[in-house]
Amino acid sequence: MSQAAANKKRPKYLNLSALLFEIHLPLAGWVSILHRISGALLFVATLWLLFMLDRSLASARDFAFVQHYLGLLPVKLALLVLIWAYCHHFCAGIRFLLLETQRGWDKPTARLSSIVVLVAGLVLAALFGARLW
Amino acid sequence: MVSRLVVGAHYGWRDWLAQRVTAVVMAAYTVILAAVLLLSAPIDYGVWHDLFAQGWMRVATLLFAVSVAWHMWIGVRDILMDYVKPAGLRLALQVFVILTVAGYLGWTVQILWR
Repeated sequence: MSQAAANKKRPKYLNLSALLFEIHLPLAGWVSILHRISGALLFVATLWLLFMLDRSLASARDFAFVQHYLGLLPVKLALLVLIWAYCHHFCAGIRFLLLETQRGWDKPTARLSSIVVLVAGLVLAALFGARLW
Repeated sequence: MVSRLVVGAHYGWRDWLAQRVTAVVMAAYTVILAAVLLLSAPIDYGVWHDLFAQGWMRVATLLFAVSVAWHMWIGVRDILMDYVKPAGLRLALQVFVILTVAGYLGWTVQILWR
């Protein structure tokens, strides 16, 4: 192990190909950065979501408009992304709460919980997305 | 022995805890709403309107919205503190975020009690 480390070429410079193909974010890192990205996305998208909630509760005619609006493909796709963002943020948040209460700190468990969060976010998004379609 | 004197106003600790508590409130609301919607399907205007006409639903949604606003402010503020270094720009963006979040909350109240 230390021999392999000693044989590596030093110094190592960071360039684009190293960033793209050699250095990988660990799975927990993906969970974390996606938690941040999905959160920022939801902050921006709340404007749009409130618009739809507002219209859907205004009157029967406005509700019908929202239903028609939700039938449009770009709207559906955008909403699907937001559904994923919410599901991922939800699952990753629960993982962070568990970590902060000192649960799942060892490496295999932390890696497993990262995979569970990434998969659960996608599965839940597919589940609720299917109902949208 | 290390004796550590904790000083300061503990703003960071308070925000950190508030973000966790609001997260739990939102998670509970999400699960309840998902269950209600899944059980009452298919959703037409009558079902939807009646759901939000009930007092408990309005209050629960208000608690959810307050949690979202609070949680959102802390989260976006953290992002701005991490990535936006010029103090003036950061202050301007933070003010913008506060106003946006307050606007969201006001709009939600207006939607719920129209």
